[in-house]
Amino acid sequence: MSQQAPTREVARRVFAAEFNDAEYTFKESEDERAPQYVLLPSGERANRVFVVGTLTETEDVGDDSEYWRGRIVDPTGTFYTYAGQYQPDAAAFLRDAEPPEYVAVVGKPRTYETDDGSVNVSLRPESITAVDADTRDRWVVETARRTLDRVRAFDAETDEYDGLAAEEYDAEPERYRDVVVEALESLDDDERSADAGSEAAEQGL
Amino acid sequence: MSDVRQHARELHERFSEHLDVTEDEITERLETLVSEYKVPVDEARRSVESHYLEEAGLERDELGSGGANPEVAIEDIEENEQWLDMTAKVVDLWEPGHESIGQVGLLGDETGTIKFTAWASSDLDALEEEKVYRLSNVVTDEYEGRFSVKLNRTTTIEELDEEIEVGENGAEVEGALVAIQSGSGLIKRCPEEDCTRVLQNGRCSEHGDVEGEFDLRIKGVLDDGTEVHEVIFDQEATENLTDTTLEEAKQTAMDALDTEVVADEMRAQTLGRYYRVRGPRMGRYVLADDVEELDGPTDTESVLIEARSI
Repeated sequence: MSQQAPTREVARRVFAAEFNDAEYTFKESEDERAPQYVLLPSGERANRVFVVGTLTETEDVGDDSEYWRGRIVDPTGTFYTYAGQYQPDAAAFLRDAEPPEYVAVVGKPRTYETDDGSVNVSLRPESITAVDADTRDRWVVETARRTLDRVRAFDAETDEYDGLAAEEYDAEPERYRDVVVEALESLDDDERSADAGSEAAEQGL
Repeated sequence: MSDVRQHARELHERFSEHLDVTEDEITERLETLVSEYKVPVDEARRSVESHYLEEAGLERDELGSGGANPEVAIEDIEENEQWLDMTAKVVDLWEPGHESIGQVGLLGDETGTIKFTAWASSDLDALEEEKVYRLSNVVTDEYEGRFSVKLNRTTTIEELDEEIEVGENGAEVEGALVAIQSGSGLIKRCPEEDCTRVLQNGRCSEHGDVEGEFDLRIKGVLDDGTEVHEVIFDQEATENLTDTTLEEAKQTAMDALDTEVVADEMRAQTLGRYYRVRGPRMGRYVLADDVEELDGPTDTESVLIEARSI
């Protein structure tokens, strides 16, 4: 392929349950500026992700300067996103946000080790925007599909990242199939309760 | 040995029109390089070719590929310096920007369109708009990821009595809009005739400081989780996408004393949403002729069934 270099990194689709398990980070070259990846337990490297969920809470956790944390919830768990002076647009969005609302985040996975030695995975936003429920639902199904694709293709013998995931993580990739089912069922329930809700409204209840 | 013979024969065919040289002489030159100097045969061929090009006072381009070329559809052109034949309609002729250019414009076939250039020095019959031609021995060129074809001295042009329905380079892409790149929003273009370059700090890279003309544009990135597609929305597409007219955008910028706020507003309105875009492919970009914002999912059940079946 005669593609231009450097090629833009794809934004992976991953549910919070899997994202928060992705504690292993690596680079593909020694170069200081080489892109950093987290290894998704279903066997894919991610330099960038796209998530859509419900912003449930924002808090300025900075000391001297503003440093905003947002909790973004999908059907499987919570993404934590942090934005400070180097992400002024995202920080401004979180400052002005009125949770709960649906938001879309394009961002880079980041990991940090806490005092007790556990690793936290978070999202450094490139952009945060308000979106509607249709976009959220579309993302859930899309993310389900992409996750299933990864789980189905998982082969630690032949694929580099699958092999690495088998080495680095305890959980079997099948676990994320269960996460997918859980996410889709929640969407199904939403639809039913939404339908029930509008029926109730129509009947003046 | 037969390898050398074969190359010699091909070279002879190509130079026979231009030079008084025999196949044996060419063979001897190749042989010297290959046997005596241990030069790989391809390299030897190149060297001998250069020698005769110089002797004949020709540019490599002008010689043609020699031998038969593949007939290539426009959408399949994705290699630099490839010699090929094509059948295409002249969609558009542009004003040549330089005296060395004889003709420049757009060729189209069922699969799409591509820019062409004919050098003034090539002495070719002029192409006419709307007519269909079979063009033999043209060569591809790549500039910043965009392909064009060059007509040259060896190109043969045959007018055909047929019609071609020119296709729009067939691209349909969808995904979430994950980025709006710099150079988007309210921009200024160079007002010089046929220039339209986007100004950087009030300067055109060709015409220097100029009084620019406002325009709207979005250079965006659609991402479906496996691939990224770069998309350009022109003024009309941008107005439709953001529900903002050029006049409104100018007003917004004027109120804020800053043009950048326009792009910021566009980001807030469109990033993170899903779109399907159709339009011609121009190099690495898809030009957004037709844009559709995508609703909620329609395949929840089928994906759920799939997930349960694993």
